[in-house]
Amino acid sequence: MNEELRAIWQTFFNWVMGIGPRPENEVIPPEPPPDLPFTQKPRDKYSRFHEATLKERYNQWLEIHGLHLFSVLYAGLSVLTCVVIVSLLLATVAELPPFGHERNPANNEVIRRYVEHGGHETGAQNIVAGLILDYRAFDTFGESAVLFTAAVSVLMLLGASRSNKPDDGESPLRHHHAFSKNDTILRGVATLSIPAILMMGCVVVINGHLSPGGGFSGGAILSTALILAANAYGFGRVHDFFSERTFIVSSSTALMIYALSKGYSFFTGANHIHSIIPKGTIGDILSGGLILPLNICVGLIVAGTLYGFYALFSEGDI
Amino acid sequence: MLEKLLLNHYEAAAVILSGIGLTNLLLQRNLIKKIIGLNIMDTAVYLFLAAKGYVEGRAAPILIENGSGGWLNSSSIYVNPVPAGLVLTGIVVSVSVTAFALALTLKLYESYGTLNIDEALMKMTEEQKDIEARIDEAEEEVLA
Repeated sequence: MNEELRAIWQTFFNWVMGIGPRPENEVIPPEPPPDLPFTQKPRDKYSRFHEATLKERYNQWLEIHGLHLFSVLYAGLSVLTCVVIVSLLLATVAELPPFGHERNPANNEVIRRYVEHGGHETGAQNIVAGLILDYRAFDTFGESAVLFTAAVSVLMLLGASRSNKPDDGESPLRHHHAFSKNDTILRGVATLSIPAILMMGCVVVINGHLSPGGGFSGGAILSTALILAANAYGFGRVHDFFSERTFIVSSSTALMIYALSKGYSFFTGANHIHSIIPKGTIGDILSGGLILPLNICVGLIVAGTLYGFYALFSEGDI
Repeated sequence: MLEKLLLNHYEAAAVILSGIGLTNLLLQRNLIKKIIGLNIMDTAVYLFLAAKGYVEGRAAPILIENGSGGWLNSSSIYVNPVPAGLVLTGIVVSVSVTAFALALTLKLYESYGTLNIDEALMKMTEEQKDIEARIDEAEEEVLA
């Protein structure tokens, strides 16, 4: 019994490792001529009878069926994962407090504090502006820094390769200026609407502490004016007053002003030193302490960054 | 459970939207479509936060004049202002990540001429094999 088991095990082991008995009719191929370089000599394994190991058989099978099997398995598993995650989350959502109820745990003392004291503590009529640019101003500073970092990374990735290439004009991968050459309708509409868009953007930025809006949304509106100008008159015309240098200088200056002024404000506030920044009366344009200048800084960064993204992706250069 | 889901239908929609985005992210082989899937997930998060901040029958968090020169600052007339600030953070980070991802995708397209992640990976493997073969040849020459 033990002998039999051992024999079966030996056979199985040989099958897995590919060391079977040598068959009678094996033809040993002639030795290769000796002048062949070393690597081109067929390896010993292939010159003799060779039984495929389990691994080799698996690899062979994998080469034929593997890709199909993998794609089916991958799709199935990803759908399964998503279904599981969505059903877990839906089960959680079903346990959440009812939508829009005033006694929900999210409406706690933090919110009461922000709403009841936000007005006279920050001087801003818009509570959200007071929240993001006064109570949580370092958070917004981080956001602006993230945006600036992203713009610099994209500039590094897309701008550098452009300047290294020999200047042969058209890059084959980018179809710029395809539709904007001397388009009378586009130019007319742009001439009419760009001043209005710029004014709208400025209003949204400057009234950020009085009405919905602020640096981020106003900056996005300003950048659309720049993008429209670039499409209508070509990037060269925009480049005359908004180049890479302008972008870097204006964004860095805005970030610096933000950091210094808000640092001063936080330092004096935390140490109970009298701050020289006046709060003004709620509802005036010149109110809200630092919120107006900070909104302008953020607006500059956002406008420059979004236009920079557009210019880099379509032109490869700001 | 269904009544509760209908009661919280904005949150339920946000969760389903995020599931759609995740499926898109996993199943699409085109990198641009993968990035679109990521953006759908971002949108789901904004919807969820905005829904959590809403309070029935209250005004937007911008102080209202009370008619005699003062401001109404009772917390029972405004919705929750915190989620608005959080959504702002989310939007900015999403824009930055999207731009960076698209820039990397553009570089990949310039190098391999394809947006399909599988094809690009196959080309990468071939290139790697090429390089290895060349290194082997060079080693042989040195040995010879």
